[in-house]
Amino acid sequence: MAAEPMLTWIDERLGLAAWARAGLRKVFPDHWSFLLGEVALFCLVVLVLTGVFLTLFYVPDATSVTYSGPWAPLRGQSVSAAFDSVMRLSFEVRAGLVMRQIHHWAALVFVAAIVVHLLRIFFTGAFRRPREINWLVGIGLLLLALAMGITGYSLPDDLLSGTGLRVIYSVVIAIPFIGPYLAFLVFGGEFPTTEIVSRLFVFHVMLLPALLIGGVLVHLAILVRQKHSQYALAGATEENVVGRAFWPSQVFKSTGLAILTAAVLALLGGLIQINPIWAYGPFDATTVSSPAQPDWYAGWLDGALRLFPPIEITALGITIPSPFIPGVLLPGIAFGVMTLWPFLEAWATGDHAEHQLLDGPRERPLRTAFGVAGLLVFVILTLAGGNDVVALVFAVPVEAMTNILRVAIVAVPLLGFGITYRICRELYDRREATGERRGSVRLRRTAAGGFEEIEPD
Amino acid sequence: MDGPMPRLRLLALALLAAGAVGALLPGAMATGSQSASLRAGSRSSLASDGDVNAGHAVFNARCATCHGDTGQGTALGPSLVGVGAAAADFELRTGRMPFNGSPGTQAVRKPPAFDDATIRNLVAYVAALGTGPAIPEPRLDTTAVSAGQHLFIANCAPCHGATARGGAVGGGALAPPLDAATPVQVAEAMLIGPGEMPVFSSLSETDRNAVVSYVAYLQTQPDPGGVSIGGIGPVPEGFVGWVLGLGLILVVVLVVGRDWRGSRA
Repeated sequence: MAAEPMLTWIDERLGLAAWARAGLRKVFPDHWSFLLGEVALFCLVVLVLTGVFLTLFYVPDATSVTYSGPWAPLRGQSVSAAFDSVMRLSFEVRAGLVMRQIHHWAALVFVAAIVVHLLRIFFTGAFRRPREINWLVGIGLLLLALAMGITGYSLPDDLLSGTGLRVIYSVVIAIPFIGPYLAFLVFGGEFPTTEIVSRLFVFHVMLLPALLIGGVLVHLAILVRQKHSQYALAGATEENVVGRAFWPSQVFKSTGLAILTAAVLALLGGLIQINPIWAYGPFDATTVSSPAQPDWYAGWLDGALRLFPPIEITALGITIPSPFIPGVLLPGIAFGVMTLWPFLEAWATGDHAEHQLLDGPRERPLRTAFGVAGLLVFVILTLAGGNDVVALVFAVPVEAMTNILRVAIVAVPLLGFGITYRICRELYDRREATGERRGSVRLRRTAAGGFEEIEPD
Repeated sequence: MDGPMPRLRLLALALLAAGAVGALLPGAMATGSQSASLRAGSRSSLASDGDVNAGHAVFNARCATCHGDTGQGTALGPSLVGVGAAAADFELRTGRMPFNGSPGTQAVRKPPAFDDATIRNLVAYVAALGTGPAIPEPRLDTTAVSAGQHLFIANCAPCHGATARGGAVGGGALAPPLDAATPVQVAEAMLIGPGEMPVFSSLSETDRNAVVSYVAYLQTQPDPGGVSIGGIGPVPEGFVGWVLGLGLILVVVLVVGRDWRGSRA
């Protein structure tokens, strides 16, 4: 009760009580799938906390130094100051390695949580009017998260991440007309450059986090302003939101989820090795490590490069280098379609009405089928990004693996589209025919050995 | 109402405890001794140790079908004239020969088919067929691991991987993992280039010893950072991130997000 005079003192000056009262009563629908976005948010919190720690020790400098730390296999070798600082962080800074590993695992889970959250939004039609703006903000956040991941992956300046930078450089110079100018602008010259590491650092710790955190705040503000959408469960209508208040129910759920998310990330970072840069060694322009993959969320981009046949189109004296189509055009189209989806769907269906109630995936067979097909394209491209590892695991020649995936990238999404559409239709028609959702049936075994259905009460 | 709560608490406690333990472990692992001595290489037999005539007898029984009765080679197997003791010793001691896979496939490591004395005899016979590399005697040197790492990354890692866990090479060939390769076998492989592997005989003996020392270091030294999940980079890392990371969190989401008012009927 001692706090009350102080709170009153603050409220008399800022007048926040009414605002806080409304905020504490904000209704959260009671469904687990509404927590997926929160998982991404909590991963971001862990990323910021561990990231600040790492920034205290990281040196964004490509100058050559001689490694003299405790890791014998690199002692005496010429490495960049950036690589040297990550080695020091890993082996000499107290808790440095576990912080680095938690940061890296949190990054992988962060993007995974965003993707799962995105899938929930997509398959339930939560992007429809009035939530198109927040869909656009969300796509922006996904792009920022990918940019964060790719810039962070490259900071240790090890052989693996240097290989990734080389691929990025090659894709950028493949853009017709502007490619070489753009690549020189970004990298500060022809690859490899000494400028790139410090530039990536500025993007990774300053510009991109500011945009990402700002974007998250906008994302949440719009959510609060528009209120949650909800499933068509008991009592839910287009006019209300059924659920539980922010205080106390949701606060406890979210706090528990935050702590457990952090616990899982600490578990991974503490127990499972990730990105052992001491094994890869420092970046060296004359050497390439194998197998070389980006982190999972960029694997589909690498996979597209690996699958696309080496075709170079020359027309009217203009050459379109082969990495341009899989490396720039394809991701551009993929993100273009994703960004415009709410508007494309509204245009195709003629449905411009407001929707507060969510769809079940089966209720929109075409959308669900498109989503599954898109997801399958992503999965197969991701597999293609690891084609040499997949080939090793299944003892298949790499060339055969590539050809199998070239067929699969066309056939599997088409097949997935057809099967998904068919299943959704069947489920939906069956429900239409009976007029109601059919729950589970309870059976009783009779003395004679037969079964009879117990009527629902 | 009372039922699931203790389970939830238990889960939360278990995760927290595991997280805390996890946060402390790798520090200990990272600071683990790096000065432990490398495993000494087991000395292999020299060609002169074996009995050429006894080797010839075994050769006729077990090898001549493919390599010909004087080791001159047939349509089924290459000539062994001039391959040297190093090649015979490597192929026999890694169990790659006698070959029992389907024709055209790669010979892989398996337990040796012969005992030590028989292998010495066979090596002596093959060595006597012509002039070829003798069995090397690599010297392990802990001070050479840095030079070895540099050479390994430049020459070996492109196929065997930076952590020597193996990798896929074009044409269906696989560069094997080196976890079971002895120092002598690593040195032999560099001299003879078995299968798809190039011959690295241009490396000096010092360089060869450095590479062998680094491979032994990889095999024997503790790998910092916790459980190694393949040491081949982002593919297993992404898999673990999704399945174990997001998977565990989704379990939490399902538990936390369920309707605690009771059954929904």
